[in-house]
Amino acid sequence: MIRDTSIGARLWTTAVWVVVGFFVLNLLAMIATVIIDSFATRWLGTWLPVGLTTKWYSSAWSEFQLGQVLVVTFEIVFTVVLLAGLLGVTAAYAMARRDFPGKRVVMLLFLLPLLVPPITYGIPMATVLYQSGVGGTFWGVVLANLVPTVPFVVLVMIPFIEQIDPKVEAAARVFGAGTFRLFLYVLLPMLLPGILAALLLVLVRTIAMFELTFLAAGPTSQTLVVVLYYSVFAPGVRAVQSVDAMAVIYMVTTLVWLLLALRFVNPTQIVARARTQQAN
Amino acid sequence: MSTPDAPVSLRRRLALRGLDGTTLLIAPALLFLLAVFVYPFLYGLWLSFAPKAGPWFSNYAAFFSDPFQYNTIWTTLALALPVTVISLLVAIPVAFRVRLMRRQRLLTTILVLPITLGTVLIAQGLLNYLGPQGWFSRTLMFLHLTGGPVRLTHNYWGVFASILITGFPFTFLLTLSYVTGIDPALEQAGATLGASAWQRFRHIFLPLLVPGLAISFLLSFVQSFAVFPSAVLVGAPAGPTRVISIAAYQAAFEKYDYSMASAIAMIMAAVQLVVVVLVLAGRNMFYRGSTSGGKG
Repeated sequence: MIRDTSIGARLWTTAVWVVVGFFVLNLLAMIATVIIDSFATRWLGTWLPVGLTTKWYSSAWSEFQLGQVLVVTFEIVFTVVLLAGLLGVTAAYAMARRDFPGKRVVMLLFLLPLLVPPITYGIPMATVLYQSGVGGTFWGVVLANLVPTVPFVVLVMIPFIEQIDPKVEAAARVFGAGTFRLFLYVLLPMLLPGILAALLLVLVRTIAMFELTFLAAGPTSQTLVVVLYYSVFAPGVRAVQSVDAMAVIYMVTTLVWLLLALRFVNPTQIVARARTQQAN
Repeated sequence: MSTPDAPVSLRRRLALRGLDGTTLLIAPALLFLLAVFVYPFLYGLWLSFAPKAGPWFSNYAAFFSDPFQYNTIWTTLALALPVTVISLLVAIPVAFRVRLMRRQRLLTTILVLPITLGTVLIAQGLLNYLGPQGWFSRTLMFLHLTGGPVRLTHNYWGVFASILITGFPFTFLLTLSYVTGIDPALEQAGATLGASAWQRFRHIFLPLLVPGLAISFLLSFVQSFAVFPSAVLVGAPAGPTRVISIAAYQAAFEKYDYSMASAIAMIMAAVQLVVVVLVLAGRNMFYRGSTSGGKG
């Protein structure tokens, strides 16, 4: 490592940290305002609210029917996680183990839904979903959310599967394991950390996925983030604190899973799993 | 797998080319994407040429003859381009510092927060934080940097801040993964030969980083170009921040003109594609090759 100790270099380093500090400070202050406001009795034109209360949580819970919304959210999210895991892991296994004509095209097809922003492909997709009758239903939202998550699982799992020596599988075959037993007793235990990491990230992404859920959801299939959007969208109808209380509930549901996920993965993987593999 | 009745030789020939039962495991995921991602896109393209009234191109003609519609392209570019350039320019020096850190995990975890929380929550937070009575405005007044409250929400700057907060961590983490992919031995060789910090960056790192930076630029540009919830919530969706995704959404879900909405979505994809092609063409003028040291 090269240590530069000239004054110019030190000033430069300080400037860089000031920029990072400014960014992080604003980010944390922004999150803090939401949390403080959700506990505030009245907060207008002062540094801190006049008093603290927890009543907004109970009022938000009943106003927005959060109990029901949370049930719908988790039904959708866990269905997406399960299906994305099934479709993604099997496809990743084939992609990692076989070289076939057209593999590059298939890879491109798996990359596209991650690179194209959801709103761009979401509008034609919602049109097709509504015309085929699943738009606005539970399964419409699940299908829409599977579009970015299946390729995500595939791309995260390919390097994990490539790490496993094919000889281990060959040995299991020699000792008479069928495909199902091979998967259950050999591959699954070795892949479990990777699968768990990929699925936790899918979970976080699906809870936070606004655009696709927003476009595909009907009144009974809205997830928490869409309900939050509608309540911010119509200001003045409800107290700001009540909306903030819901925002805090949303934050907690997302962050619990994120913290769990971060025990298994490096944060850079959340944006750059496929790329870091190529770069190294 | 080939049909059971087919001669064994065919199955073996396919297996030699990598097509056997295992390859078929791709089929469910592939069919799913073809049905829910590729087909809707092609259908949308076709639908955009089948307007409610008029000749086949009338959706596009209507879009490009109405300033209220075609100006959304400029509005969106005026948001997405500055944010992307600023994110990238800030991300490079920060990534160069962070790569020397031992414990990057705390910082990267803090930066992953906005990506995880998503644009809706950020927009909601910024309404409180950047509002005329929010902490940001109050701090500026406290430091006597401004005379009165500053208006940063429900205009261009609110959306700008919102895209920056969600976009910068993404750009930074991508850039960091590229910067750490460069062999430090190359820099040490440069330093041994007496190159200053700026020379090492300009002549060693920058040429190696350009391909990666082009990808970071494109990914974050495409994401900011598709800004939607924050343009509605912290912006002024009727005027200064009426971005192209709002135009597409209004056509689809307020006027129920799916044909027009598909046309706008296709225009949005086309503008993104143009920028992608331009940047990739520019990238080809630079060095492309190994980022590792050693002989070769």
